[in-house]
Amino acid sequence: MKQGKKNKALTGGGAAAEALRQINPDVMAAYPITPQTPIIETFAKIQAERLVDTEIVPVESEHSAMSTCIGSSAAGARTVTATSSQGLALMNEVIYVASGTRLPILMLISARALSAPINIHCDHSDVMGARDSGWIQIFSENVQEVYDNTIIGLKLAEKSELPAMVIMDGFITSHSVENLETIPDEGVKKFVGEYKPEKYLLDIDNPSVFGPVGLPDSYMDFKVDQEEAMQKVFDNFDDVSDEFKKLSGRDYDVVEGYKTDGAEHIVVVAGSTAGTAKDVVDKLRDGGKKVGLLKIKLFRPFPHEKIGNILSKARNIAVMDRALSFGTNAPLYSEIINSCKFSSVSHYVSSYVYGLGGRDIFAKDIEKVFEDLISGETSKGVRYIGIN
Amino acid sequence: MNKKLTQKFAPGHSSCAGCGIPAIARTVLNATDDPVVVINGTGCMEVTSTLYPYTSWKVPYIHNTFENAGATAAGVETAYRVLKKKGKVKKNIKFVAFAGDGGTYDIGLQSLSGALERGHDFLYVCYDNQGYMNTGGQRSSASPYGASTETTPASSKDIGNELYRKDIMQIVAGHHIKYLAQANVAHIEDLKMKAKKALNTPGPTFLLVLQPCTNLWKYPTSQYVNIGKLATETNFWPLYEIENGNYVINYVNKKPKPIEDFLKAQKRFKHLLTDKNKEEVKKIQNILDEKWAKLKKLASVK
Repeated sequence: MKQGKKNKALTGGGAAAEALRQINPDVMAAYPITPQTPIIETFAKIQAERLVDTEIVPVESEHSAMSTCIGSSAAGARTVTATSSQGLALMNEVIYVASGTRLPILMLISARALSAPINIHCDHSDVMGARDSGWIQIFSENVQEVYDNTIIGLKLAEKSELPAMVIMDGFITSHSVENLETIPDEGVKKFVGEYKPEKYLLDIDNPSVFGPVGLPDSYMDFKVDQEEAMQKVFDNFDDVSDEFKKLSGRDYDVVEGYKTDGAEHIVVVAGSTAGTAKDVVDKLRDGGKKVGLLKIKLFRPFPHEKIGNILSKARNIAVMDRALSFGTNAPLYSEIINSCKFSSVSHYVSSYVYGLGGRDIFAKDIEKVFEDLISGETSKGVRYIGIN
Repeated sequence: MNKKLTQKFAPGHSSCAGCGIPAIARTVLNATDDPVVVINGTGCMEVTSTLYPYTSWKVPYIHNTFENAGATAAGVETAYRVLKKKGKVKKNIKFVAFAGDGGTYDIGLQSLSGALERGHDFLYVCYDNQGYMNTGGQRSSASPYGASTETTPASSKDIGNELYRKDIMQIVAGHHIKYLAQANVAHIEDLKMKAKKALNTPGPTFLLVLQPCTNLWKYPTSQYVNIGKLATETNFWPLYEIENGNYVINYVNKKPKPIEDFLKAQKRFKHLLTDKNKEEVKKIQNILDEKWAKLKKLASVK
């Protein structure tokens, strides 16, 4: 399949739209919000040229965007949307309906801070706010991953009968042009196949009820089924990823250990900061330091076992969060603490919070985190990067 | 029960004795021979018809949340257009959304407005029982002036609901849809005629159907048709259509009954019928008279 691959230079938003062009979904319902706009604007241009069969529904809010997606997906159509920040927060009620109804909607997220104060720049507060909503959540490090994850995410959602969010960092990835390699149209078409749900509203001869009342005698069973479906996502991810590797040559796991073999000091991070952190790891490794990076790709479901195993060989660990969870530990840090328990790892894990509302994170900041680990300068409390 | 009557909405649902909702569902859905998909906002109709593992719906049905029947219908209808074009769906299918007044006048207004404005081909039916009856009878913006509700209780010092009903028909008409009508579950033939017209009109259509609530309007369960009839006979609830912008009144009272006849039949207005509140009743009558005159003018009725 090496043939027909193309090198392109696109923004994250453009790469997502390019993947959507190749997927050719039936319906997109979306509402504009910065920094999601490059995704839906690029796709609208593609649709205006009739390069896809998609019907775009220009709804009047994100709540209606997700509500329309739920109607469309339940009706039997392959359905996508995209949002950011306040938009995802406004959808909060209905994203639970999407997952509870087991509808494989694909949602691209250009991650952005939440008000107040209002701020349009990157952090992960919006997606962390949706972490218990029953959606698959996949983080992307760069434009290449945005493209790949869009294709993988769609197939993973449909295979798992669960909705999926593919997350890129707002502006940093959504608006930055990077080189990427795309897959030929035919390859993507074959990879995603045709969407054939088992039950759908437009199957007039086999009427079904979507969204019934579930009282105490049934509700809990539905929820446990949903959690079991979520646990199956790990295996599904492996299957989809294997197939994707054959198509693209790119090999993805639910997490990426970067130079973690033999690493005594590991930093854990999700999103675009992983790219910067890799440079820092390279530099420190050149200087003989035993450091590594653990990049989180699949955040929901969270691969505790795999992460616990990787971290079990390290001495010191630092988790870098681009979000807060007011009144308790930062979200990723909490997960990592749980992963360590999973593998009976008893070493000390430090918590760092950085980049809220788009505050810059520099290589020197990450280098300092590694220096803290190496010198054993651990702290029980959270440390804020970029706050004096 | 009559087999034909129940072919789309089965008996055995759990709505209250004397509730008009099943009659509305059956009348509207039986007004077309095409297959129908139902979209339902949260409310009395939904909770009494889909108690898992049972359902009253013999047609495909989706309930999403309280405020998004319009947007959900938009999604279903859009999916239909795409899949029809692709040849994956062969039949002509109609789409009917049902929601109560809370889900229409209040929390669902934006979603309804968006769906109407974008021109989706569906019928939206609001069954209007003038309050949040599924949660026990709180005031909505469809509750009439002077009604005692759970959130606007009347007392010796309080008239009850002090606000006037929102004119949802005018709001919907402002979206320039081709057909909308006000109907009443007590006038089933009129409702059937309107549902037929609406379902045969391309694009979005809207029916506002009065649905007297035995529990919270507070009258005997045997009386829902009579109460509904009184609503129209007093001009509290005129029957009319707006077709391509033209108003047609379907029932012109030569001698409208006084509003007291409607008020005194329901305990929610009991407090109004005291000497102290005589002026209030007069005020209600005057407002009705003005509204009726305005409607007649719009419909060019002398």
